[in-house]
Amino acid sequence: MSWEVVIGLEIHAQLTTNTKIFSGSSIAYGAEPNTQACPIDVGMPGMLPVLNEAVIGKSVMLGLALNAEIGRKSVFDRKNYFYPDLPKGYQTSQFNYPIVGKGTLEIEVDGVKKTIGVTRAHLEEDAGKSIHGAVPGQTGIDLNRAGTPLLEIVSEPDLSSAKEAVAYARKMHELVQYLGICDGNMQEGSFRVDSNVSVRRPGEPLGTRAELKNINSFRFIEKAIEFEIERQIELLESGGQVVQETRLYDSENDVTRSMRTKEEANDYRYFPCPDLLPVVITEETIEAISASMPELPDAKRARYVADFGLSDYDAGVLTGSRDMAEFFESVVEKTGGKDIKLCANWMITGFSGALNKDGLSVKDAPVTADMMAGMLNRISDNTISGKIAKQVFDAMWNGEGSADEIIESKGLKQITDTGAIEALVDEVLANNPSQVEAYKGGQEKMLGYFVGQIMKASGGQANPGQVNQILKAKLSD
Amino acid sequence: MSLGKTEVEYISRLAAIAVEENEVDQVAAKLSNILDLFKQMEAADTEGVDPMAHPLDQVQRLRADVVTEVDQHEKLQSIAPSAENGLYLVPQVIE
Repeated sequence: MSWEVVIGLEIHAQLTTNTKIFSGSSIAYGAEPNTQACPIDVGMPGMLPVLNEAVIGKSVMLGLALNAEIGRKSVFDRKNYFYPDLPKGYQTSQFNYPIVGKGTLEIEVDGVKKTIGVTRAHLEEDAGKSIHGAVPGQTGIDLNRAGTPLLEIVSEPDLSSAKEAVAYARKMHELVQYLGICDGNMQEGSFRVDSNVSVRRPGEPLGTRAELKNINSFRFIEKAIEFEIERQIELLESGGQVVQETRLYDSENDVTRSMRTKEEANDYRYFPCPDLLPVVITEETIEAISASMPELPDAKRARYVADFGLSDYDAGVLTGSRDMAEFFESVVEKTGGKDIKLCANWMITGFSGALNKDGLSVKDAPVTADMMAGMLNRISDNTISGKIAKQVFDAMWNGEGSADEIIESKGLKQITDTGAIEALVDEVLANNPSQVEAYKGGQEKMLGYFVGQIMKASGGQANPGQVNQILKAKLSD
Repeated sequence: MSLGKTEVEYISRLAAIAVEENEVDQVAAKLSNILDLFKQMEAADTEGVDPMAHPLDQVQRLRADVVTEVDQHEKLQSIAPSAENGLYLVPQVIE
C-alpha cells in the first residue's frame, strides 16, 4: 500500500523596514552587537511598544497578492516562553486575530498547476541572537535582531511532495521580493522556511509531523524533506512511530537529526498584549495599498506571452526577479519595442549568462539597460552583426565603454558597402579555384565554406546577408 | 474547578516562578478561586458580543518608520550582571 505525503510550510519573511516593529531602532544588518537595541528592545521595565506603520502596509500588500482576507481588526498577543535571547520573557505576536487571513497561492510543478491554501500571515517580532563559545562557559547575547519585524506566513497542509513544497517556497520568495516587502536574503535569514512533514495511508487521519528548521537554501529544503519522508516511511513500515519534534538538516551527510533540546511542552499561554491596542485597518487604507501594488509575476508572465509574443520559458526567465523584468522592460522601451524577441534573446543568453558566470545580481551588473539598448539598436540598424555584438557585449561587460564607443575604438562597424564586399568575394573565389569547381559540379555545401572564408577575410564585419546574396550571384555567373 | 499539586508545579515551571513546597496548597487554592470566578463569568450570555481585546475602547496609534534611537549599549550594559565585548553574558545555554 502506498503512502501519502502531507507538508505544510511556515515561512518567516523579514519585512524591509528601516526600524523595528515596536521601536525606532535601526534593523540594518551587520552592526556591532547591541548597538541597535534600545530600552524597548532589551525589555527594560516600563517601556511601551509603539507599532511601526510600515509593517501594516507591507503585510496588507501580501494579503492582497494572496487574495486573502485582511484582518480589519488585528490584535497582538504575548507568546510566553523563557530564553536568554528573548529579554521580555514573551514574544509579541498575533494569535486569534492575525493581520492576514485565509488566502491562496498557485504553484506549478512539471507543468501541472495547483492551488495551495494559505492559512494566515501574522506579524511578530524576532528574538535576539545567542552566541555560543565566544566566552568559555557562557553564552553571549546580541539583541540587535530583537524586535525585527517578521511576517509569518503559514500554509495549509496542501503540499504533497518535496517538489511542491519547494515550488511553493520559491513562489512565495519571488512574490515577497516583487512586492518589495522582504529582501529574500536566505543567507542573512531574511527569508526562513520551516517545513512540517508527515506521512499517512490514503484516507487515514494526519500522521505525526516532524518540523524541519534552519535550512537556508531551496535545494537543501528539497533534500531535507525527501530524506524526512523516507525516514518516516521506513520507521512506520518497520513498526515504529514518528515522534513530534524539531529536526535539523545536516547537508554534509544529507540526513535530518533530532534537535535534542530539552523539549518544553508547547504551552505558550497566549494572551492579548495589554501594551498594544487593536489595529484597525480601514477600507481607504486597503484601497490605497492596492493602488500602489506593482504588477505581480504571474500577470507579468502572461503579459509577456500575450503582448510580446514570447515563449512561456522566455517569459519565465525574464520575470524571474523584479529587477530582471524591470531591466528587460527598460531595454524594450529604449529600443522602441522594435525587436522584442532580439531583446529577450540577448537578456537571456548574453545578460543572464554573464550574470551567472560572475555570480552577480541584476543591480550589480556592469552593463546598464541604456548600454544594452544602445548595443541592440546597433544590431537593428545593421551597424554590427549579431556575431560582432557578442564582442561588443563582452567589452561593455569589461567596462570598456558604451556600444558606440567600442564599435568606434575597435573598428567593428559592419561592412555594408557593396563594392567592398564584392572585392572580398572575388578574392576568396580567386584563391579557391578547386572549391569553385566542386561547387559548380553540384557540391552546394561548399557555399558555407565560402561564406566562412569571406567572413574571416572581413574580420567578421561583412554583413552576412549581403555576403550571401553577392556570393550566390557571382557563383551563378 | 480545583487545581492539584502537579498542575501548580507545572504552571510555576512554565512561568518561571518559584513556589516553595509549603506554599503549594495555598497557591493551588488561590488559583482555583480565580478559575471559579471565570466559571461564574462564563454563565453570562455573550451571544453577539465581540470578544474584547483591550479594556480601552481605542485604536492603536502608529509610528512613522524612522530611526529615532541611538546606541546606548554602554549605559544599558553598565547595569547588566555581566557583559563583555558588547555582548550580554548569561550562563551557557546548551543547544
